[in-house]
Amino acid sequence: MQREPPVLSIRGLRKSFGATEVLRGIDLDVRPRELVFVIGPSGSGKSTLLRCCNRLEEPSDGSILFDGTDIRAPGTDINAVRRRIGMVFQSFNLYPHMTALGNVTLALRQVLKKPRREADEIAAAALARVGLADKQGAYPGELSGGQQQRVAIARALALEPKAVLFDEPTSALDPELVGSVLQVMRDLREAGMTMVVVSHEMGFARAAADRVVFMDQGEIVEEGPPAAIFGAPQHARTRAFVDQIVRH
Amino acid sequence: MNAWDRFAATFLDTDVMARYLPDIAAGFATTVWLALLVVLAGLALGLALALLRSLRFRPLSALIVLHVDLFRALPPLVVIVLLYFAMPNAGWSPSGFVATWLALTLVLSAFAEEIFWGGILSVPKGQWEAARSTGLGFLATLTWVVLPQAIRVTIPPLTNRTIAITKGTALGSVVAVSEILASAQTAVSFSFNPSPLTLGAAAYVVLFFPVVLFGRWVETRFAWKR
Ligand SMILES: Nc1ncnc2c1ncn2[C@@H]1O[C@H](COP(=O)(O)OP(=O)(O)OP(=O)(O)O)[C@@H](O)[C@H]1O
Ligand SMILES: [Mg+2]
Repeated sequence: MQREPPVLSIRGLRKSFGATEVLRGIDLDVRPRELVFVIGPSGSGKSTLLRCCNRLEEPSDGSILFDGTDIRAPGTDINAVRRRIGMVFQSFNLYPHMTALGNVTLALRQVLKKPRREADEIAAAALARVGLADKQGAYPGELSGGQQQRVAIARALALEPKAVLFDEPTSALDPELVGSVLQVMRDLREAGMTMVVVSHEMGFARAAADRVVFMDQGEIVEEGPPAAIFGAPQHARTRAFVDQIVRH
Repeated sequence: MNAWDRFAATFLDTDVMARYLPDIAAGFATTVWLALLVVLAGLALGLALALLRSLRFRPLSALIVLHVDLFRALPPLVVIVLLYFAMPNAGWSPSGFVATWLALTLVLSAFAEEIFWGGILSVPKGQWEAARSTGLGFLATLTWVVLPQAIRVTIPPLTNRTIAITKGTALGSVVAVSEILASAQTAVSFSFNPSPLTLGAAAYVVLFFPVVLFGRWVETRFAWKR
């Protein structure tokens, strides 16, 4: 069988904020249906890396190919790229003035120009997929953190993305609500979704990640299967970080 | 004659009131019309300026800020008088009505821009990012995600400011606009009795009390669960 091309291919990615270089030459490939887990100390550039992938942050240098499209090329319609890359944020960022259904249908209607009925049907299916079929009419303020994050995931899924980027999806949640979100992510993985996940949920990484990438100071220090990174890290910096999070 | 009778004869002379009621009513209509035009144009211009400012194009923003600061600093009466008495020297002679309308519109637009802009800024960055990450463009994000949230927080200050500035229609009396106050003053000078002023005050209450109530209703209507 011929090897499929990567969904996401990052080469020599650099990003500076003013004088500080936050990403110092990142190379990363994400293959179809792969779940790549990104770990690293605070400030190492994990969020910036994800945000460069859909150009919420403008890269300073390097190339990013998404599904064959050079997203930094001058002629690229970035909105067309973005709707095929789902993004899930630490703080959910649901639209507070819209119901769960409204949150999910907005892009379906405004970006994909679906008629209302079709958009509603797609959104209802997406909400059902994250276990919230009965919450269509609820406003974000009426939902728990875990439910809000699942609506946010449904919002991304409804656009049938080629990949979904998760930036610490469970960090803002009370411990007892983390499980429901991780379960949805596990289901997604089963369904073959390509995912890049920044998270501190090591149990989830061990169970679900194909590959763990350790970042420090804007560089990828080491990457490999979860067992290798957590069990036998090669670099001192990785070892120090893994020791620290395992102890906590 | 006791004090109350004296007061009534001076301020509540029903004969005088009845005689000048039609004039005050005409003034009332002028004030309503003027206020309506000021509110519509002032809020529309203020919103337009805030939207332009959200493009964050430096030179444009600087001009908008200049406009805002200028018309927030100038007393409305000064703007009216300038337009009415100075513009003719520049080859344009606005009527008192137009001068008052334009002056109040500019002043309201300045305050409204600042309030709308504050509302737009109050919407967390994450709202923009969430919307943009689903492929919505700048305008669609502004229209569907940011503005609805911005408008809600702007309603209370905007209502207060709008009421305050539309009451400035009374300043039109200085440049010969026959609105409520001017009609009342004219009636006073003809009748040698201040009762028409009472009528004028009543007219303002009739006009603005519902507006204040409307403002309250809108405030509660636009509150939503966070
Ligand atoms: N908009 C910005 N302007 C200036 N500096 C920024 C900006 N965004 C991030 N940085 C800096 O870039 C560095 C990397 O930030 P980033 O958010 O990518 O780290 P992270 O690995 O996601 O950290 P955390 O685990 O705390 O979320 C940090 O030093 C941060 O202060
Ligand atoms: Mg981060």
